[in-house]
Amino acid sequence: MASDQNIAPTSNHSKILKVDAVNLHFGGLQALKDVSFTVSSGEIFTIIGPNGAGKTSMLNCISGRYVPSNGDIIFKGHSLKKCSINDRAQLGLGRTFQNLALFNHMSVLDNVLVGRHHLMKTNFLTGALYWLGARKEEIRHRAAAAEIIDLLGISDVMHKPAGLLSYGLQKRVEMARAVALKPDLILLDEPLAGMNHDEKVEMARYIIELNIELAMTVVMIEHDMSIVKDLSDRLLVLDFGQKIAEGEPESVLNNQQVKEAYLGVEEESLEPA
Amino acid sequence: MDFNVTFFTQLLVNGLIVGALYGVVAMCFVLIYKATQVVNFAQGEFLLIGAWLCYAAAVEYQLPFWLAFVVTLGFMSLFGFLLQTVVLRPLLGQPVISIIMVTIAISMVFQSSVKWMFGVNPVVFNDILPGLQFEIAGLHIESAHLLSVACSIIIMVGFYYFFQHTRWGLAMRATAYDQQVAQSLGIPVRTVFAMSWAISATVSALAGVILGVTNGVSSELAFIGIKVFPAVIVGGLDSIVGAVVGGLIIGVLENMAEFLDVEYLRWGNLYTIAPFYVLIILLMFKPYGLFGTKKVERV
Repeated sequence: MASDQNIAPTSNHSKILKVDAVNLHFGGLQALKDVSFTVSSGEIFTIIGPNGAGKTSMLNCISGRYVPSNGDIIFKGHSLKKCSINDRAQLGLGRTFQNLALFNHMSVLDNVLVGRHHLMKTNFLTGALYWLGARKEEIRHRAAAAEIIDLLGISDVMHKPAGLLSYGLQKRVEMARAVALKPDLILLDEPLAGMNHDEKVEMARYIIELNIELAMTVVMIEHDMSIVKDLSDRLLVLDFGQKIAEGEPESVLNNQQVKEAYLGVEEESLEPA
Repeated sequence: MDFNVTFFTQLLVNGLIVGALYGVVAMCFVLIYKATQVVNFAQGEFLLIGAWLCYAAAVEYQLPFWLAFVVTLGFMSLFGFLLQTVVLRPLLGQPVISIIMVTIAISMVFQSSVKWMFGVNPVVFNDILPGLQFEIAGLHIESAHLLSVACSIIIMVGFYYFFQHTRWGLAMRATAYDQQVAQSLGIPVRTVFAMSWAISATVSALAGVILGVTNGVSSELAFIGIKVFPAVIVGGLDSIVGAVVGGLIIGVLENMAEFLDVEYLRWGNLYTIAPFYVLIILLMFKPYGLFGTKKVERV
């Protein structure tokens, strides 16, 4: 049933990501079943679904943390089957995590600089003796990192240890770190979770900024339907590991199957708040 | 019985000098532990192999000392790199205890190989350093000791610099904190693993050469690998600064035990075992060491 929806509505944009009949098993449990979808370059694409639907599993398959049992994921024309996690990052896939995963003891700036690792060219030796030419590069990368930090509005805390910041700021640091990779596609796992309304609106603005100013394609998981509806170009709905709908927010959210999937789950009302 | 102030001070200074070197080796041990979660029982062998190799190159093959030194360091970084990539990489994901067993085996193999190749008799480097001796405020200090302290400090500053200001240093800190996340940020963690072993082997060998030049080369050097255990554990297994402090504490402690032994107790060899008693007592009160990260488990 998933395969006949394989051909997504065509647009002039090129397809940056193509997920093709992906299955994922954990022992006897099937976490993903024949999931296929495509993401166009420049889109904000949101994956929604009830808890345990396989959203994070899907994201992990794309980022490489999980290996699909079968099926293929094609990113910018490359099959990711034999790509390690760090190869994927170097290909242009960035991600944030559902639970904060910052390097707590490092400063915000250092956290962001880690993201630039693969863009730096100095090798081990010149890096160790960095005054021999590597210094210029370091200055350049620090400047680039500072620019990202500025864009996400965390310049004030740039030199503080990331672990000491408030939850909302940590979320932004994590995003800045993923942005520092200069990814073409950024995967955001619940970027708005645990925030109050104002923080959510602010964060949504940053997501739009990444999308428009930095020309990043965004694939995210999010629960807040009012924001999802406004933010997303297209949605994918998963339920029990299967795709039940894909398309523009209006039509997807009115889909009967989608409504049923959410029935009985009180916290996750489809009505905009 | 009078309190012998000069002897006491002399031993205190000796303790700090040797303690700085213990600190260096402990740092190397922590580097491997932090980056790869391997408790390396073969740390002492790095010193042993380094010192013998440098001796062989400088004395038996008559290379100039600086060249022998460079050759040794080059060889040791390759050695550390190969040890990780060939022996330890296939063990990735195996239980910690298996990996520890393998490092114990590595330690035995290389200790025996070194004895087989170079014999069991201690040797000394001749005339590497001008045998200058100073008397400062009644304390007896040799130029070799000054060299040893200078090298230790340079290495420590170098470590600090590497971790704070270089791309790979940052990558290593990131990997040590969270491998998965580091990987998702494009850091090749396998390279980081191999690099941490290479650096650890090279710097430990450097410490081995310094000890070889100051005290002679013998299989005793491998024992430093065991001595750093108290240092590392006192400092907290995952703290580089803790390792340095731990090293200094153990160095001073040994020499204080020696003072107590020679002056009052006359038991003999208290010097060797004192650090381990302190280790046991300390762990009873501070199970994570002085600087270690406390693991908080949420249930």
